[in-house]
Amino acid sequence: MNINATILGQVISFSIFVWFCMKFVWPALIGAMEERKKTIADGLEAADRAVRDLELAQNKAVDQLKEAKQEAAAIIEDAKKRASSIVEESKDKAREEGDRLIVSAQAEIEQESNKAREELRTQVAALALAGAEKILERSISEEDNRDIVDGLAAQL
Amino acid sequence: MSSETITSREYITHHLTNLTYGQHADGTWGLAHSGEEAAQMGFWALNVDTFGFSLALGMIFMFVFHRVAKRVTTGVPGGMQNFVEMIVDFVDENVKGMFHHQSKVIAPMALTIFVWVLMMNIMDLVPIDFLPKLGEVFGLHFLKVVPSTDVNITMGLALSVFSVVIFFSIKQKGLGGFAAELAFHPFGKFGLPINLFLEIVNLLAKPISLGLRLFGNLYAGEMIFILIALLPFWIQWALSVPWAIFHILIIVLQAFIFMVLTIVYMAMAFDDH
Repeated sequence: MNINATILGQVISFSIFVWFCMKFVWPALIGAMEERKKTIADGLEAADRAVRDLELAQNKAVDQLKEAKQEAAAIIEDAKKRASSIVEESKDKAREEGDRLIVSAQAEIEQESNKAREELRTQVAALALAGAEKILERSISEEDNRDIVDGLAAQL
Repeated sequence: MSSETITSREYITHHLTNLTYGQHADGTWGLAHSGEEAAQMGFWALNVDTFGFSLALGMIFMFVFHRVAKRVTTGVPGGMQNFVEMIVDFVDENVKGMFHHQSKVIAPMALTIFVWVLMMNIMDLVPIDFLPKLGEVFGLHFLKVVPSTDVNITMGLALSVFSVVIFFSIKQKGLGGFAAELAFHPFGKFGLPINLFLEIVNLLAKPISLGLRLFGNLYAGEMIFILIALLPFWIQWALSVPWAIFHILIIVLQAFIFMVLTIVYMAMAFDDH
């Protein structure tokens, strides 16, 4: 239990160990630990950011899908309208065409009947003239009575 | 001891005697053959055993930590690095918790103190007769295995810490500021002599309590192990095992206390009152 030079030896070795620790041990270790802490913190932050980004992207995708659906529905609606309008239009056209055909046919019929009537009239007049001629063959010359026959024919 | 019929007193004295190297009374240099002879060697003698163990442990500590520090990776740490980092982190947190100034010295010093003192204390758990008997084979009469049961070792540490504290006190506050702190506290300038007396006692109490606390605890623990070793061999385990388990707590606690007090004294050196 004597105090002796051991105490000095201990002081010296302690100083050397502290110096050594300060120079070669502590900075390397604490530096690596700090760096790792930073890396881990960065990693966690990146993961958080990725989760947020994913959520954002999902929301966007849902929005886009909804928009596309609406657009598609609008296009279909439009097409339907267009189709029905086309059908309606062609129906109208057909009806018009039909009407036109009817009108022209009627006009032709009218014309034909007029023509027939005219013909008939001339033939009747000729017939009547022939009849009258036969009756009046001897007394009446054809030239003298032509105006009367024409007037009769016009009255028919 | 070579004699078969050793008394308890001899056994205890033998275990408490350092292997001391110094100058004999007749002027020659060599190892002391008894406690009295060692005492006669005066100051210029060396406790080869405790100092040797302390130095060896310190070197192992530095070697291991330096190896880890050299190969340190910022990625996933391996087993040894993990262990070292755990200790470094523990010390670092303690320093940051108690010391709020910038200093490059304090954290490495706290680490050195904690690990070194812990290793010196752990030597206490080596079975009490194992290394001394081994030493006898190599012709060493005495072998004190636990460095922290040598007052020279603990006081050496405490005085080193004390010098660092004084150095930083003067560096931070100037010589005048340091002197003023001793002279004008706690009774103002009119109580100067009393202040000086009280503060100097206070100042000197720091290293003495620091060193003697560690020494006392470990010395007492070692003493109990020696006393247990005097019992018949078939019953020793019943006492030595519980005491060793309890002592694990003391060992870590004393190393921790030494470190914490060092940090606190350093913080006081940096703080302005």
